[in-house]
Amino acid sequence: MKEFIFTDCVEIKELTGRKADDEMMLMELIENAPIDSIYYHMHSFFLRHFYIVGPYPNDFANWVVMQVRDRVLAEKLSAITPAKNKNLEDIRDELVEVIDAHLTTIKTNPSVIYGQPFYLMNSKIIEIPTRIEAKNLKEFRSALAVVDASAVYNHVFEARLRVRRGRSDFAIWFEEVLGLKNLADAVEHIDSYMYSLEGLRAEILSLCDKELKGPSKIGIFDEPRHFTLIGNDENDGGKNG
Amino acid sequence: MTGGRMDKSVMTWEAYRNIAPPGMVDLGHRISERLKGKTLLHVNSTRWGGGVAEMLHRLVPLFQDLGIDTRWDVIEGSPEFYQVTKGFHNALQGQAQTMTTQMYETYLKTSRKNGRKMDFNSDVVVIHDPQPAPLVYKKKKHSKWLWRCHIDVSRPQRNVWNFLKDYVSKYDGAIFSLPDFAKRLNIPQYLVYPSIDPLSDKNKELSEKKIFSILAKYNIPSDKPMILQVSRFDQFKDPLGVIEAYKMVKKFNDCCLVLAGGSAADDPEGMQVLNDVKNAAEKDEDIFILDLPPDANIEINALQRAATVVIQKSLREGFGLTVAEAMWKGKPVIGGFVGGITVQIVYGQTGFTVNSLEGCAYRIRHLLNNPEFARKMGQNAKEFTRRNFLITRHIIDYLSLMIANLNL
Repeated sequence: MKEFIFTDCVEIKELTGRKADDEMMLMELIENAPIDSIYYHMHSFFLRHFYIVGPYPNDFANWVVMQVRDRVLAEKLSAITPAKNKNLEDIRDELVEVIDAHLTTIKTNPSVIYGQPFYLMNSKIIEIPTRIEAKNLKEFRSALAVVDASAVYNHVFEARLRVRRGRSDFAIWFEEVLGLKNLADAVEHIDSYMYSLEGLRAEILSLCDKELKGPSKIGIFDEPRHFTLIGNDENDGGKNG
Repeated sequence: MTGGRMDKSVMTWEAYRNIAPPGMVDLGHRISERLKGKTLLHVNSTRWGGGVAEMLHRLVPLFQDLGIDTRWDVIEGSPEFYQVTKGFHNALQGQAQTMTTQMYETYLKTSRKNGRKMDFNSDVVVIHDPQPAPLVYKKKKHSKWLWRCHIDVSRPQRNVWNFLKDYVSKYDGAIFSLPDFAKRLNIPQYLVYPSIDPLSDKNKELSEKKIFSILAKYNIPSDKPMILQVSRFDQFKDPLGVIEAYKMVKKFNDCCLVLAGGSAADDPEGMQVLNDVKNAAEKDEDIFILDLPPDANIEINALQRAATVVIQKSLREGFGLTVAEAMWKGKPVIGGFVGGITVQIVYGQTGFTVNSLEGCAYRIRHLLNNPEFARKMGQNAKEFTRRNFLITRHIIDYLSLMIANLNL
């Protein structure tokens, strides 16, 4: 049986020195941006806001609503959600099409008057293995409750899009190793972009509980630990350090 | 090797276990394991005084405690050198300065002199700010050099930046505090936000008794809501605007206003702003103007903890450390819609950003009259700060940059 090894991640934020002051410039910036910048601005919100569900789930929409104060375009951009059948180039195309159509309709080019420009950024993700592994669903559930929320980000968003596995690592493991296809499908069915990382963790835990036939009443960080610590001879109950 | 006036009893990584987000202390240990045997050197221009030295006094012991062999060296220079670098500093922050060839030569000569004396034998070298930047000529092939810029270089005096850029371009990367500060450079540019230390005097937990005693010391009433702004008396912090907003609020809510700032004694412009603020207060008994000494950290801490709403109505701001301090104390913050404040405050979630006096007054009334909403907002602010603006995140960022640059 192949164990599930939880891996945290840390993000290095890179500045490109490129910026946009209006919606036309934003469109051009998106058209010419490295693909990792598209990923960063569509996802890194989650790593900055572990507990908060923001106004919109991507930086483009948030900039347009907060700095340009164009709610119409912000709403349209917020509706662009990465999905199973889309790669990052598809998302880039969709962003450009939405802004282009909006600018064609309104026939003006809304710009920042009082706010800040949009700064194009990029990121590198460094994976840091946790030494926590799970051999079955019970161990998985217990470990997921205590790992750093960046592990949730890494195994869900990074795995799906940047690493291009198409699905979350959790779903792949549930189906291919544990043979729990229904649980895998249920995890993939969660609308991940509508949650904070902590909210997403709680949803996945809830699905695990249902699968384990008996919802846990124990809080996220109070769970007795059943998972294994790699390289820990005494297996002291899971202090992950 | 940091020496000095710091409380070593709390300068351990483990001391942050119950303060940092769950898992972050362990994450720090695991990242450090990957850096085992690697060495780190920080270089700046002063051991004491100023935000960079204060930050290094807290960061360096934590790197060492995590097992990273870390040194901190300081360049030496004549008064003439520091006069030149002050001019550099001001020019890079956009103030018009006249720089002569002789001034550039003084700057480079001092760098060469320091370069001959200092030991740069380290895997990663972090050079802080423009003063020691030319030391990059000592860079060896195997080591990675990062230039850490703490100042706002978004609108620099062009000739001074062009001169400095030649040196900055020789680094392996540059680190800036806000996206706005990034430049067009041929090296990677990283974003690392500044941080606050939750165990420092300015941010550590205080007993109610201590808080009340400090309020009593300044005759501040504890039986009415307190609106607070902590900042030096500077027109860009808009203390007069805060008084105007308070007066609008006062028509509806009984409250007091505290404006606590640094000493303006050696700053003529600051003295003028302080006098203007006193005049604007017009003997209102509920306005308290506190001209505090630079080491009044416990006093600031107590005021922030006693406040109902904290204001930072800046008209220009880099990263607002006082914003992060107040958010860490679970306070809803109303900030000017400028600079780093727009990154620190998630509108409507961790505070409010405003563009006008009226907006500021409205949001103060909103928070005073909805205490449960204000409490929840303060909680969000604290959690947001825990994750993003504490020293623990700062350390993780540096360790991650070491890993990335050393290709580990």
